[in-house]
Amino acid sequence: MMCSKRYMVSHTPDTSLSHSKRLANSVLAGERLALARLLSQIENDSPIGRQALGELFPSTGSAYLIGITGAPGTGKSTLVNRLAHYYRHPPSDEEPYQVAIVAVDPSSPFSGGAILGDRVRMRDLAGDPGVFIRSMASRGSLGGLAHATGRVVQVFDAAGFEIILIETMGAGQAEVDVASLAHTTIVVEAPGFGDDIQAVKAGILEIADILVINKADRPGVENTERALNMMLQLAHPTERVFRHHGRDEMFAEPVSPNLDEVPWTPPVLKTIATEGRGIPDVIAAIADHRAYLQKTGAREYSDRIRLQAELDSLLQDNLVARWRTSVSKRKYQQVLDLIVQRELSPHQAVDVLLDGSQLHEILRSDSFAADGEEQ
Amino acid sequence: MDERRIRVLVAKPGLDGHDRGAKVVARALRDAGMEVIYTGLRQTPEMVAEAALQEDVDVVGLSILSGAHMALVPRILELLKANGQEHVRVFIGGIIPDEDVPKLTELGVVGIYGPGTLTDHIVNDVQQAVYG
Repeated sequence: MMCSKRYMVSHTPDTSLSHSKRLANSVLAGERLALARLLSQIENDSPIGRQALGELFPSTGSAYLIGITGAPGTGKSTLVNRLAHYYRHPPSDEEPYQVAIVAVDPSSPFSGGAILGDRVRMRDLAGDPGVFIRSMASRGSLGGLAHATGRVVQVFDAAGFEIILIETMGAGQAEVDVASLAHTTIVVEAPGFGDDIQAVKAGILEIADILVINKADRPGVENTERALNMMLQLAHPTERVFRHHGRDEMFAEPVSPNLDEVPWTPPVLKTIATEGRGIPDVIAAIADHRAYLQKTGAREYSDRIRLQAELDSLLQDNLVARWRTSVSKRKYQQVLDLIVQRELSPHQAVDVLLDGSQLHEILRSDSFAADGEEQ
Repeated sequence: MDERRIRVLVAKPGLDGHDRGAKVVARALRDAGMEVIYTGLRQTPEMVAEAALQEDVDVVGLSILSGAHMALVPRILELLKANGQEHVRVFIGGIIPDEDVPKLTELGVVGIYGPGTLTDHIVNDVQQAVYG
């Protein structure tokens, strides 16, 4: 892609170093334009963004991260709006929190463009300097968040936001990345979505620390409530150690939280977010869950798991990038041609590309094996 | 990885309630690969400027059908500048009388589009304005 003029500056290494430090300092000083700029750098995975995040990283780790996920149209944005509003305007004896919102919407798989519409439901928060809303496009990521969401959250954390609400794109059954990022994960349901068997399937309901049935004035709310409660009764109260799904962990850590405590059972709460009904109950449930994590040590533990997941995924990305520089495009294309012609399996191709196995050796040993079978 | 996309805020300042045009343009910009932040109806100039800041957009597209453009647009430009976002390119779509066009251009508005404008034309202008 072409670069816009104001990004061009970033390519001279000397100025970029001081630029990133200046940017980080401005963010720590609470400058909102600097914060917005840095978030773009992070989203674009630019060298400046990486360096600035390095400067800011020691200041992270104190924000409380709340994930909100659920199917499209269940009312996630409206709920986020209400929760943020509550944290900004708590009952008189409490201090308001600084609140950041990260809202993810899908990128088009064809054009790469996106319509980010979550702000439409968040107009109540406009004009409040204690709130910062940032919309993110998923940019091809499939887990419900964008690849850079975790790092965007770290920037908000360092910038002093105490509560960070992370709204996923409309999620189906497997978009569970938010649970490994957030401390408390809220899954939002609405009446009329599927029967009881949907509720016992693996995936999104499993990751809920709090289940919210929004639009609770709609018909069918009793059925949804019954199905969710049944699901919770069927569930063994297991300790949920978050594994980054599908991938091998590089080095599993045998540390685990204090299991003497009774496992957390997700409460099922009803809200009508458009009218603000049920919101104090959700806030109270978040506070309960936060206290529970504190008591069991699960918060430190999940922090470790989360950072491990980030480390592993960065390692993978960087190993791939490093490897790419070591292999010629021509060799890669040759090997791909052989796969397409069914002369090499993808696994064998990996051996050739990665271990430097000689192509002719593999091909020869293959044809020997095939001959052997025929005889 | 290192991926940059044009970010556009599409906003409807003022009190008219028709956002079909804004949505058509938002969709066209999306299909051209841009990330479009859509804020909905009845935005104040302050809300538009605040959203432009938080979202760090390259471009702001304003849809105004109410005739209040000579009050709204200068105020929005002023706020963008006050926030340090003088580099943001501002486009207007809607019903803008011919005699107001030079005044708005003078203030720094990059493009003004009336009914019947081809969306490709707008997409081109936005890309031109950002990439130069």
